[in-house]
Amino acid sequence: MIARFSLRLVALGYLAVLLVLPVAWIVWSAFGGGVDAVWRSATAPYAVHALLLSVLIAVIAVIANTVFGVVTALMIVRHPFPGVSILNAFVDLPLGLSPVVVGLSLVLVYGATGWLGPWLTAHGITVIFSLPGMILATVFVTLPFVVREVVPVVREVGSEQEEASRTLGATAWQTFWRITLPSIRAGVIYGVVLTMARALGEFGTVIVVAGNIPGVTQTLTMYVEAEFQNFDPRGAYVASLELAVLAILTLVLMNVVRRKGVA
Amino acid sequence: MAALSPAAAVPRRGGVARTDDAAAVVVRGLSAGYLSLIVLLPLAALLWTSTRGGIGAVWQTITIPTVLGALELTVGVSAIVVIINAVFGTLIAWVLVRDSFRGKSAVNALIDLPFALPTIVAGLTLLALYGPSSPVHVNVAYTRMGIALALLFVTLPFVTRAVQPVLIALDRDMEEAAAVLGAGSLAIFRRIVLPNLGPALLAGAGLSFARALGEFGAVTLIAGNNPLRGTQVMSLVIFGDIQGYQFSSAAALSFILLALSLAVLLVFGRLSRALSGHHDR
Amino acid sequence: MAITVQGVSKRFGDFQALDKVSIEVEDGSLTSILGPSGSGKSTLLRVVSGLEHPDQGRVLIFGEDMTHLPPQKRGVGFVFQHYAAFKHMTVWENVAFGLKVRRRPKREIQTKVAELLELVQLGGLAERYPGQLSGGQRQRMGLARALAVEPKVLLLDEPFGALDARVRQELRTWLRRLHDEVHVTTVLVTHDQEEAMEISDCVVVMNHGRIEQSGEPRRLYDHPDSEFVMSFLGYANRIGDSLVRPHDIRIHLQPGADALAATVRRVVFLGFEVRAELEIPEGQTVRVQLTRSQAAELSLAPGQTIYVDLAHSRRFPEEREAAA
Repeated sequence: MIARFSLRLVALGYLAVLLVLPVAWIVWSAFGGGVDAVWRSATAPYAVHALLLSVLIAVIAVIANTVFGVVTALMIVRHPFPGVSILNAFVDLPLGLSPVVVGLSLVLVYGATGWLGPWLTAHGITVIFSLPGMILATVFVTLPFVVREVVPVVREVGSEQEEASRTLGATAWQTFWRITLPSIRAGVIYGVVLTMARALGEFGTVIVVAGNIPGVTQTLTMYVEAEFQNFDPRGAYVASLELAVLAILTLVLMNVVRRKGVA
Repeated sequence: MAALSPAAAVPRRGGVARTDDAAAVVVRGLSAGYLSLIVLLPLAALLWTSTRGGIGAVWQTITIPTVLGALELTVGVSAIVVIINAVFGTLIAWVLVRDSFRGKSAVNALIDLPFALPTIVAGLTLLALYGPSSPVHVNVAYTRMGIALALLFVTLPFVTRAVQPVLIALDRDMEEAAAVLGAGSLAIFRRIVLPNLGPALLAGAGLSFARALGEFGAVTLIAGNNPLRGTQVMSLVIFGDIQGYQFSSAAALSFILLALSLAVLLVFGRLSRALSGHHDR
Repeated sequence: MAITVQGVSKRFGDFQALDKVSIEVEDGSLTSILGPSGSGKSTLLRVVSGLEHPDQGRVLIFGEDMTHLPPQKRGVGFVFQHYAAFKHMTVWENVAFGLKVRRRPKREIQTKVAELLELVQLGGLAERYPGQLSGGQRQRMGLARALAVEPKVLLLDEPFGALDARVRQELRTWLRRLHDEVHVTTVLVTHDQEEAMEISDCVVVMNHGRIEQSGEPRRLYDHPDSEFVMSFLGYANRIGDSLVRPHDIRIHLQPGADALAATVRRVVFLGFEVRAELEIPEGQTVRVQLTRSQAAELSLAPGQTIYVDLAHSRRFPEEREAAA
């Protein structure tokens, strides 16, 4: 009994010191100057722009990777072709890479001196240090999530319902929208939530390929870092708070979807 | 009849695929193209740039004292972090599965926080509480301890989430059998529970090791950006090189980091499988 | 007495698993605890082993009060329904486990484990992992593991419950032979009355957390104290308020005193045994068991009218009153 209690105490203590207290302290510090100050920091023009840019990039990444993820997951399970295991391995690759390594590899292709740099410059396209590069970077690091979550669901659902739908005269398109998608919905939503969270929070990869110009190519995570380096901790704390709220929303959503998936 | 055997289902499914062969090929092509443009082409560029000068050049980069120092620091701190994770991750999983107390489900949800919270925010929160203006007078800013703390924060879920389901599924009979045979709680844990958690524990540890090796966002604020402090991990050195347009050096270091984390994943994966291999039912 | 259980009660939430249970198990005997699922038989065994703690009552093993001792210190052997094999250990390591945690000398462990593996006929499989064994082999390993620490009593919780019928039958016979060799006091929990009747010296019938009756198998079968015991130990026809076993019904071709007219509905020949289904006037179906020669003598055929003598039927009036 005493052993069990002390184990619990140690585990909870560790979590408190490492997770709970730091996050609580940030919240406390952010509100230290009153709600007015928080509002002023949150509505500073660069902060607002950074938030909107982060959301824009995240939404694009979610859309791109959801389409890719669902299609690829269906392909991996339903129409495996030689080399599908290689594809599978490559899909997981971004999970094991350092963010700065990802950023660098994008620069090496799409940067001014990169493989495609001269061609892009000649056609007046700027990727690195502008929005397309930031989107590319975010898409790269969030690529695995939807695929990972949807593959096991597709496998579990099986193809009988789809076959039944076809025998009843539905076209492939109708079958996809009416049968396939609804049955894998939980997996897709879970993947989308994970993608969204990672996209909003990505820092290392994006800062490498973005110009980090306030009000232009600065995301909210980059804004946090810049404010802190500029000795405005309140601005950094408030922006962090916004990100933390989004993170907690994500956690709640994850738990809701997980519970629904089980039921 | 052959049609009744389960194997007969395979050619039939192939038949269904053939009806939309053209569409499948197009989809396959688009999917492969997307993956290539976004992931494979950049990684190929990285490999090409880093190995252009031959392995000799990579070796030369490693032997630069500052790089060697960063490499040692990165691997050393990550290793320590993995050991702490293994111990506390298992302990937390144990408490979440075997103990019961009010608010347990909230604690369980909390474990995922580091996955959801942006890494830069993780670093900032730690720095706010345990930095120069710490309200509890603990200052780990610009120290190896601070780096370890940041890495512990972001890698917290890996071991717990790997071990938890195995612990839930673990046959309680085995522990009861051991108890009747005279084994005390510690012996039961060491001889029965731990060996059965082993594969999952190693898998989780491998993931957190790989993550720690490459982590950037969480450590960037805590480590500071001063090479003289001896707190520059590999990702920070690479970032510095990129900022200074030293792409070939950055690529060489990236190659090393990549090889390192691949090796870690491979070794831990192999160990995990070796451990689980013989007692799979 | 090897085991004495005195007034043990155990509750799980709203469920009364054991209700003031008392039993005594004789030294060197093989006793079965028989009952339907939820009757509390497994809980009783777990209370004896120390895996569960009773809310009330005492457990004594060879006169020593064990009620408050953890399982580690009771010196009992326990065999689990689902084997509880240590999956990460070889057969040899599984059997050696109890001796190792007791820090016995290596030499002794070697000899003892080898001896036990021979006893349970697993000599050649010592280096296998449990995952590579059949269910029957795993359970024999479980038995060897439990015996290795030379327990004062051996407790088996539905040891053959997870096995298929044929292996079950084999192991049952084998267990009885083993018991005759080893002579360790053994308590076996089962829901299979045939198993209990076949191998035990004594059977304890449980229902709703209480002991219904205990005694030698033959005595229980012939002189059940309650309707529950009678119907649980074998099929019984209910006619009015009396119960009668299929083989206790005499059939005559002529009407006689106390005989009931019945119509033959179905006759099934099962080798030596012949089963017939009869219909009595109230429309009730009665099952009868005959030998082949008895059936031939009567030349039973469907549609035939015969007369049944229910002289061997039993009534349990006290119980009926208690229920009313």
